[in-house]
Amino acid sequence: MSTPRKLRVATVSLAGCFGCHMSLLDIDEHVFALLDKVELDRSPLTDLKTCGPCDIGLVEGGVCNSENVHVLREFRAQCKTLVAMGACAINGGLPAQRNHLDVGQCLSAVFQSRPGMDTAEVPDDPELPLPLDKVHPIHEVVRVDYFLPGCPPSGEAIWQFISDLLAGRTPRVSYPLLHFD
Amino acid sequence: MALGAWNARVDDVLKRFGGRPEHLLQMLIALQETENWLPPEALTALASALKLPRARVEGVVGFYSFLHAQPVGQYRLLFSDNIIDRMLGSEALMARLCHSLWLAPGQVSEDGLVSVDVTSCTGLGDQGPAMLVNGRAIAALNEDRIDIICELIRQKLALDAWPAELFELENTIHQRDALLSCAAQPGDALQAAIAMGRDAWLSQVQVSRLRGRGGAGFTTAVKWLACRDAPATEKIVVCNADEGEPGTFKDRVLLNAHADLVFEGMTLAAWAVGARRGFLYLRGEYLNLRPALEATLARRRAEGWLGASIGGAAGFDFDIEIHLGAGAYVCGEETALLESLEGKRGTPRIRPPFPVTHGYLGLPTVVNNVETLAKCCLIALNGGAAFAATGTAQSAGTKLLSVSGDCERPGIYEFPFGVTVRQVLDACGATDTLAVQVGGAAGITLAPYEFGRRVAFEDVPTAGAFMVFNDTRDMFEVAHNFVRFFAHESCGFCTPCRVGTSLLAGTLDKLAEGKGSPADLLEIEDLDRLLKQASHCGLGSAAPNPVIDGLQKFRPAYERHLMHADFSPAFDLDGALRRARQITGRDDAGAHLPQQPEASR
Repeated sequence: MSTPRKLRVATVSLAGCFGCHMSLLDIDEHVFALLDKVELDRSPLTDLKTCGPCDIGLVEGGVCNSENVHVLREFRAQCKTLVAMGACAINGGLPAQRNHLDVGQCLSAVFQSRPGMDTAEVPDDPELPLPLDKVHPIHEVVRVDYFLPGCPPSGEAIWQFISDLLAGRTPRVSYPLLHFD
Repeated sequence: MALGAWNARVDDVLKRFGGRPEHLLQMLIALQETENWLPPEALTALASALKLPRARVEGVVGFYSFLHAQPVGQYRLLFSDNIIDRMLGSEALMARLCHSLWLAPGQVSEDGLVSVDVTSCTGLGDQGPAMLVNGRAIAALNEDRIDIICELIRQKLALDAWPAELFELENTIHQRDALLSCAAQPGDALQAAIAMGRDAWLSQVQVSRLRGRGGAGFTTAVKWLACRDAPATEKIVVCNADEGEPGTFKDRVLLNAHADLVFEGMTLAAWAVGARRGFLYLRGEYLNLRPALEATLARRRAEGWLGASIGGAAGFDFDIEIHLGAGAYVCGEETALLESLEGKRGTPRIRPPFPVTHGYLGLPTVVNNVETLAKCCLIALNGGAAFAATGTAQSAGTKLLSVSGDCERPGIYEFPFGVTVRQVLDACGATDTLAVQVGGAAGITLAPYEFGRRVAFEDVPTAGAFMVFNDTRDMFEVAHNFVRFFAHESCGFCTPCRVGTSLLAGTLDKLAEGKGSPADLLEIEDLDRLLKQASHCGLGSAAPNPVIDGLQKFRPAYERHLMHADFSPAFDLDGALRRARQITGRDDAGAHLPQQPEASR
């Protein structure tokens, strides 16, 4: 029997804090088992800037600007299975706390109203992605296959979840791993 | 009104209700009568007079749709928003009224004169569209009536001076059987039961195999026995007249046309279980039945059918109080009703213990539906065996059906249990029927291939709602209306229901706006499962029923609302960048987003 092909996995942090990625690195020695079974495509760990066809995409963070939308759509188009990883991807999380504020006022408060910046303009360089008026969980922008809750999900939870996916089991994070207090 | 004035009003209300905190809801309803809303100082005065935390009082006000902590119009108009009212044109009539009075739904007019909004089914499906004006029902709305109402409001005429015929409600009874043709005089059934003695009377109820008519179908005698045998000196009988299930109105007709049977049934229950106090919990929407009901109670007291030593039986003391609801569907659930009766928010209790041992104020309590209690009179008059002779093996007796929707003769039909859906459709003159919703929003949607099924606890159980939809109707719209109803009526206590009903309503909104995709149908099925399995009470677990049945039996009606795309956001992506474009002054290609990814367009 030939060894099964390695699965391609991509990861990204949108409007997140990279905490979920830190937690992913927190799987300790499981990282060897993981790398036996997967190849990484686009990911902060590989620094690749575009994503090729993948089996699994792990998305940290919500959708706060137009670039997030493009990247998320690329992931959806390229990944057979897309996972919302962590509170921000699932609910918008901390960045979504700006949702009750007017984004225009936020921008002018940051760039125009601070001491010493009273003559500054809100940056208008076309290189910069524009912020959306609200931060959205990723399932409001693309179809999402699985949700892995936690802020961040523990390394153990991520490992259990990925192990299930790799083995072809429907992922199920056991109840003790969903406790955070 | 100043604080001093409110203190005086509060004192007055306290006196009327004996200053007992379990009357909090009734006091709030009474306090609200003058100003139509409850200003903060009124709540403070009431809380301190009752020695309750103010938050407790505010929590009660916030729970009930008909209590207002914000000013509403001097005339508060609420259109019944059940799908049947909509099919009869309620939306156009509401638009006409708003246009004529220069205001938008949900807002109070600038002069504070009037506010217009929608409310859940008002129990007038046989003569809709209907509305409530300061709590009083007006049925059979049409353009002429709307224009008359607008004129009366412009003239600022007091509600009591409005033409009486506006408030007239019909008792549209089309088919009578044992109950509706009962010609017994007040007291006949009681005398019969008293002659039998308490125990023999209860055995007759056992023999009758009577089951609850409120929907769940619990055996009445078992309930009564458990209450009778519960160790306590005081027992309570409650008649559940919180008929909130969309599409049902048979309790309204019973209370309007046969109130004596209902009160006599309550007294018969008291005779069996040994209760001295009874409550009729009347839904707020049926406010205009109250004066006649109070008059009936007064007459029965005068005739000796209520009060001390009823019918000459020493120690048989029983009286009935009417408590009003205030616009909360969940209070039809018996433990939520008991909470409400105790003056609290109508949050369903955890069972067990059941009300028969721990009910109103912890006392053993029998809670029965209006129709169940009325049926008890037949058992007392004719015996349990005669009652059990009609119906089916597991469903004895007859059932009142509230028929509404696409048929020639909407109204009340009394059939023996076991009647087929098709027989009912023939009786009410329904043609080209696409679907029948039996049991209300929480019930079951039947497709034509099921019209041979029988109305009975062993096949299609129902509290009596029977809504007919012909082949011009969109069953997606029907389910959408029901799901929005549940989202509005969720009591907010448990997360699966509070959040789940809103998510379900939001996903159906998305489909209705033409932004749905196959992924959303999967999401709907997930939410259905979650609501069914994780909700605290029947409201949450029944909320997905219309959608589950709809997706199974009327799937094309849902698929018609889908876009042919993998997924589409419910919100306008490019519109979400508008504010940032404005503040940065940008309009380049990068400052825009397509609603669909490039490849899939």
